[in-house]
Amino acid sequence: MDINEDIIDRWHNTDILLLGGSAGSFNLIFGVVKSLAPGLNKAVIIVIHRKRNFLSEIEKMFAAHSRLPLKEVADKDSINKNNIYIAPSNYHTLIEREGSFSLDVSEAVWYSKPSIDVTFESAADAYYNRCTAILVSGANQDGALGLLKLRNAGSLTIAQHPDDAEMPEMPNAAININAVDYVLRTNEIFELLKK
Amino acid sequence: MDVSSQNLTSDQITELISLVKKIHGFDFSDYTKASLKRRLTRIMLLKKLGFYDLKHKLINEQGFFTEFLEEITVNVTEMFRDPSFYKALSSQVLPELTAYDQIKIWSAGCATGEELYSLSILMHTAALGERALLYGTDINKSVLKEAEKGVYSNRNLKTYAENYQSCDLKGLFAGYFITGRESAELLPKLKLNTFFSVHNLIADPVFNEFQLITCRNVFIYFETQLQERILHLFYDSLSPDGFLCLGSKETIRSDLFKTKFRAINQKENIYQKIGY
Repeated sequence: MDINEDIIDRWHNTDILLLGGSAGSFNLIFGVVKSLAPGLNKAVIIVIHRKRNFLSEIEKMFAAHSRLPLKEVADKDSINKNNIYIAPSNYHTLIEREGSFSLDVSEAVWYSKPSIDVTFESAADAYYNRCTAILVSGANQDGALGLLKLRNAGSLTIAQHPDDAEMPEMPNAAININAVDYVLRTNEIFELLKK
Repeated sequence: MDVSSQNLTSDQITELISLVKKIHGFDFSDYTKASLKRRLTRIMLLKKLGFYDLKHKLINEQGFFTEFLEEITVNVTEMFRDPSFYKALSSQVLPELTAYDQIKIWSAGCATGEELYSLSILMHTAALGERALLYGTDINKSVLKEAEKGVYSNRNLKTYAENYQSCDLKGLFAGYFITGRESAELLPKLKLNTFFSVHNLIADPVFNEFQLITCRNVFIYFETQLQERILHLFYDSLSPDGFLCLGSKETIRSDLFKTKFRAINQKENIYQKIGY
């Protein structure tokens, strides 16, 4: 699949980039964080499954290599362009209409807290068609339903090609329920984000 | 029915909020909307109700509101959640409390009591157990009944024991329980000075004076203006130099209260009251 005009157009017209991943997604998401440059003009929200009580090691590592300001989400933080936000562990991260985050400690979804579904679904309610959401490697189905909701709201939805994913179950789950506009190879994901 | 087939509109949510306020006297209008929507959707799924069924039950069915209230509020909690918080409490707050003959502690929004009992254990490890009076409050009667029992499933205790271990506290976590096959009960001495009662942070007044208030992962469900109202309640409920502990991701955002509380530990959101 080549990067076509439609996908580039829709990418340019979004205000929010959502990234969801689980097992096998770390290197890809780390690579994306490193590649994002000022002038992106979008807010970036990242949800990665991780262990409970896993102290903010990911944030430290990401922040050290990011050219954009990066922070772990705290309750009621506002969402600003050219900033990267990471969902904290042991909370769900929700997006409010007024352009801020709220956190939630309720039950895990697909054994996951943070759950990608929860963030994606609330993003669809808050931002409708103004998101680009990318779901990458992972060993469960979290994120698929959220991606579907985003797609139905008119946002651009992308899955990493299952052949490129260390754990193909997550992108496959999304593809199987028709939640995906485009299936992209890993290098194509990077190519798009540079446009 | 799956989650995606339920889609409550904002107007419907507003309608439910005003209906609940009018009929049952509980005001959810300053709850954060995204999470309130999730909870409402969850109730509809669990009880297999559409929007109109839900409305009908809230209006006509005696007793349904109790179930509704239980499900709409989040009662997920852990013992020793966020070990770094308990470490900070041990090193920065407990030494300040030793001056008191009676140490009154309020766990606000205590759900099934895990946090309150964590505090009870912590006070015992600091040899302050006999001086501590621990008050747990919540808007749900049923969770308070669970809290009073002080019985937790062995499956959950495994996680709690890991948390405890990360707190670097002395003693074995299992030593605080009488263990059974499926669950374990806290030792009587840890339950001795604990009191549980219904209290609604949004509507009920000050009921005692405390040296320490913990209200962790409750503010996340409230809009900032409601948080500020409750900060007034906490301020008025604290003794001079009393301590307030919010959740690790909850900070005081109100400018007014930034002058009324000094941050003792910014990362763990532990504050101390300034003035009387």
